[in-house]
Amino acid sequence: MSSLQRVRHRENQRGLALISPTLLWMIGLLIIPLILVLITSFGRRDPDGNVIYAFDLSNYIRLTGLSTSQPCGATPAPCFDSLYVTIMWRSLVLAFQTTLLVIVVGYPLAYFVARAPARRRNLLLFLILVPLWTNFVIRVYAWIMILRTQGVLNGLIGAILGLVHIPFTPLSMLYTPGAVLVGMVYEFLPFMILPMFTSLEKIDNSLFEAAADLGANNLRTFLRVTLPLSAPGVVAGTILVFIPVMGTFIVSDILGGSQVILVGNLIQRQFLDARDWAFGSAASIVLMVLTLIVTVIYARRFGFGDEIAF
Amino acid sequence: MGLRRSPWLTGISALVYLFLYAPIIVLIAFAFNASRTNVVFTQVVNQGPCGPFYWFCVLSRNQDVLNATRNTLTIAVVSTVISTIIGTMAALALQRYAFPAKTFSEVSLYIPIVIPEIVMGIGVLVLFSATFNVLNRALGLVGDHRLTLGLGTVIVSHIAFSIPFVALVVRARLHGFDRSIEEAAMDLGANEWITFWRVTLPSIAPGVLAGSMLAFTLSLDDFVITFFATGPGATTLPIYIFGLLRNAVTPEINALSAVWIITVLLVLLLSQRLQNSETA
Repeated sequence: MSSLQRVRHRENQRGLALISPTLLWMIGLLIIPLILVLITSFGRRDPDGNVIYAFDLSNYIRLTGLSTSQPCGATPAPCFDSLYVTIMWRSLVLAFQTTLLVIVVGYPLAYFVARAPARRRNLLLFLILVPLWTNFVIRVYAWIMILRTQGVLNGLIGAILGLVHIPFTPLSMLYTPGAVLVGMVYEFLPFMILPMFTSLEKIDNSLFEAAADLGANNLRTFLRVTLPLSAPGVVAGTILVFIPVMGTFIVSDILGGSQVILVGNLIQRQFLDARDWAFGSAASIVLMVLTLIVTVIYARRFGFGDEIAF
Repeated sequence: MGLRRSPWLTGISALVYLFLYAPIIVLIAFAFNASRTNVVFTQVVNQGPCGPFYWFCVLSRNQDVLNATRNTLTIAVVSTVISTIIGTMAALALQRYAFPAKTFSEVSLYIPIVIPEIVMGIGVLVLFSATFNVLNRALGLVGDHRLTLGLGTVIVSHIAFSIPFVALVVRARLHGFDRSIEEAAMDLGANEWITFWRVTLPSIAPGVLAGSMLAFTLSLDDFVITFFATGPGATTLPIYIFGLLRNAVTPEINALSAVWIITVLLVLLLSQRLQNSETA
């Protein structure tokens, strides 16, 4: 063995020794479980709620709504039950809406913080992080207090209208799709602001000066300099927001009640209430594939975003 | 440039900050509500020896909350220590060595980022219940001796999602590391082990610390994976609060939230202080 080979051999062994616990965890707790979920999704539920392993596509067929076994009222087979397709579509639409709103709401703030004087920048950034570290469930709970019929927001509107003597019937805002959207935007806003801030902060001031010297006005500078250079942050933020929104069930469970059922709720119910693990697994596989497809199309178009590690 | 001084931008930013903080302020304010049903803010509670802090005192006597707090902290501390060690090892391996399966390792570390948490959650649930079923049958375990979901399964799962984040943060720190000081240490007669402990580790320590802080907060905050990996007797605070929300909303939950928020704020300020004193 040449000395070069010996060095390489030793490198290999060191690297493998250092990485092996990580691989143990990644294979044992991520890859194998995913394979188990895939296997389970082809199974069936027995009357006690246990999984019977089989190779059966019925769970996936049930998700498409083209039910073969369940009766569809008076209509002759084949019939179409849009329940699950509607849930998938609703989740996708909500994830898109949330992402878009979070960009619109977050961009000005990210810009403001990135362009603030250096001595104040850290504090302003810190203030964005604080809500992120107060617990997810607690943050959703806060919105119950605000949105319910006798809640803070209705109280506030009522008080303001009361000053000008306009009668006010409290609005029912909780347990609506709007409440879920507000909750989602609130939960995920910092995930978008942070990568956008990272991109915006990197832009060299001299670029703005150059644009101004060359006669560009504010709007033109923004459209031609700021926006393109901050795109990687927006891309990274989109990935960090879209994927978790697709799978979340807490926000819709607490703020949407039974009105807004998302894929996450569907999966959770199959695993805990209905105890149909096979069907729940199939729904998870579909969720994962759906998310991956959207992410891949998006990443192909815009790149993966260099700011993902903020 | 010009946009920077725009009053519009400042105004919009102030509104977004208000949006971020209004819920938190409401939450804390209602922890001092006199009304037990906690629907409308009637007046500041003033009851018993604790006065306005009545609900905080009620909370401190709630055994379920104390148990959940203990579980949450146990899980966070144990999973942070283990994932910090494993994640740092991974960062060293990926940054410094070429070895077979390197690309595979790198890709596998991205799995928790690109896959919805709920899928990971049900994944570990299916894994543990299948494994425990087989083991319980094979070993003939019955009754209380059966292997079940609990603290152990939650800790193992938390380690899984923390490792990638620790590895990412430590690797960023290693990236700018000047290896010539290691060579200098070796030239001066230190062996590799001593070089690692006396030279390498101290200089990547801020990265390791930052990574462990991230792992700790991720573990404290986690709901979804804990929800599926937990079992009887291993309720964490987020799970406990979620359970309460579906039934009643009392000022006690607000008091619990207030304590949580203020604790997190203090820890954040402290770590910020530490970081600042380090760079200064």
